[in-house]
Amino acid sequence: MRQIDKKEIVSAVAQLVQEANYFLGDDMLKALHDGKREEESVIGQDIFAQLLENAGIAAGERVPVCQDTGVAVIFLEIGNEVYINGNIYNAVNEGVSKGYQDGYLRKSMVKSPIDRINTGDNTPAVIHTRIVPGDKLKIIAAPKGGGSENMSRLQMLKPADGIEGVKEVVINAVREAGANPCPPIIVGVGIGGNFEKAALMAKEALLRPVDDSSENPVIARLEQELLKDINKLGIGPQGLGGKKTALAVKIKEYPCHIASLPVAVNINCHAARHKEIVL
Amino acid sequence: MEISTPLSTKDIAGLKAGDRVYISGTIFTARDAAHKRLVELIKKGEELPIPLKGQVIYYVGPAPARPGKVIGSAGPTTSYRMDPYTPVLLENGLKGMIGKGGRSTEVKEAISKYKGIYFAAVGGAAALIANSIKKAEIVAYPELGPEAIHRLEVKDLPVFVINDIYGNDLYEDGIKSYCK
Repeated sequence: MRQIDKKEIVSAVAQLVQEANYFLGDDMLKALHDGKREEESVIGQDIFAQLLENAGIAAGERVPVCQDTGVAVIFLEIGNEVYINGNIYNAVNEGVSKGYQDGYLRKSMVKSPIDRINTGDNTPAVIHTRIVPGDKLKIIAAPKGGGSENMSRLQMLKPADGIEGVKEVVINAVREAGANPCPPIIVGVGIGGNFEKAALMAKEALLRPVDDSSENPVIARLEQELLKDINKLGIGPQGLGGKKTALAVKIKEYPCHIASLPVAVNINCHAARHKEIVL
Repeated sequence: MEISTPLSTKDIAGLKAGDRVYISGTIFTARDAAHKRLVELIKKGEELPIPLKGQVIYYVGPAPARPGKVIGSAGPTTSYRMDPYTPVLLENGLKGMIGKGGRSTEVKEAISKYKGIYFAAVGGAAALIANSIKKAEIVAYPELGPEAIHRLEVKDLPVFVINDIYGNDLYEDGIKSYCK
C-alpha cells in the first residue's frame, strides 16, 4: 500500500481551487477565440472580446475569472492500493477552506438551504468519490457557479421517447435558460443509468476538454447535432442574440433499466473551470 | 454613451434597448437576501439603510479584495431571482438595475410604469468589470457576507440597455434576429 498523508491532500485542494478560479484552460481560451471569429453578431463579437480580456486580467492578477467562485465540487479517484493517513473528506474540506481564504475567493455556501447562514469558508465541498485500480490519488476541482447550475434539469423519459425525446429535453433546457447561465455555454448531458447517475454523468461530462468528441460514434454524432440545433436558437453570447449560444455539447451515457430513459442536463457558463492533480 | 448616477426620468428617456452605456458615479450592490430585507422594511414603513430615489442597484456578490485592491472580481449575478422584489423598489424610487438575464413580465411592466431601466453587464467578465470600480465600502448587512450592501464608486462601468421605458427587450429582439 502506498501512503498519502492528509496534509498533501489539503495543500493540493487549496491550490487547485485557486488555480481553477484564476486560469481558464487553453482549450477554453481557444474556444473563445474561435467563437469571436465565427460569431456574426457585432455585440456578440464584442462580448467574446470582453471575455478574453477578462480571462487575461484574471490570470495576470490572480483574481477569479468570475466573482461566483462556486460550490467547490471535488472529484476523487482513489487507487485501491492507496492508504490515506487521515480522513480524506476532512482533508478536502480543509483544503477548500484554506484555498478560498488564501485565494480571496468568494464564500458562497450557506449552512442550511432554509435558514441560509453563510458558512464563511465555502465548505462543505460537494465530493464525489470513485475507487479505481492503482496506487494514485487523482483530485479534480470543478468550482461551479449558481447562475448556470440553476438552469440544470433532469427528466425521466419513457424508452419510447428515444433519441428525439433526449434532444427535446436538451434543447428546451437551453432555450429556457436563455441568457441566465452566461452563454456561450458548455452543455453537459447524462443519458441512462438512473435518476442520480444521470445527473452525475451530466456534471462529469463537463470535465472533458471543450474540443473533444465522445468515443462512441453514435454519441459523438448526437453531440454534433445537438450543438448545431442549439446554435440555431439565436440566443448568442450573453443572450443578446447570435450564432454562438453553446461552444460544445458533452454527453456521457450508461446502461439503464428496461423501463427507463433518464436524461440530465447540466449547463456550464463560458468559464468552464476545472483543474486536476495526481498524487 | 456615458451616463452618471443618480438617474433622472429624463436621463432614462434617452436610453434605448441595445445602447452600450458606460456608467459613472455611485451605485449600490444588493442580491437575494438584501432585497428580501429591503422589501420587508418598505412594507413595515421603516427607513432603508440606503437611498432609493434615482439610484442604481447592481446585482453582485463581489469576491474579496486582494490586499491593495479596491474590490475582488465583481460580475453580475442572474437577475430573475430579484424579480419578486423589484416592482416594489421601482415604486419607491429606484431607477436602474444592473444584472444579467431576462426579467419577469411584472418587472418589465414596472420598468415602463415607474420609468426605470434595466442594464446587463457581461456575466463572467468579473475581473474586467472590477477594474471600473474605484471605491467600495459595505454600508449595510455585513453579516450577509458576499450579499452585504456595498456602496460603489464606478467609472465607465460597461453595460448594455436591455429593458427601456418603451417596452423594448434586447434579449427578445436580439434572439429573434438570429433564431433560425
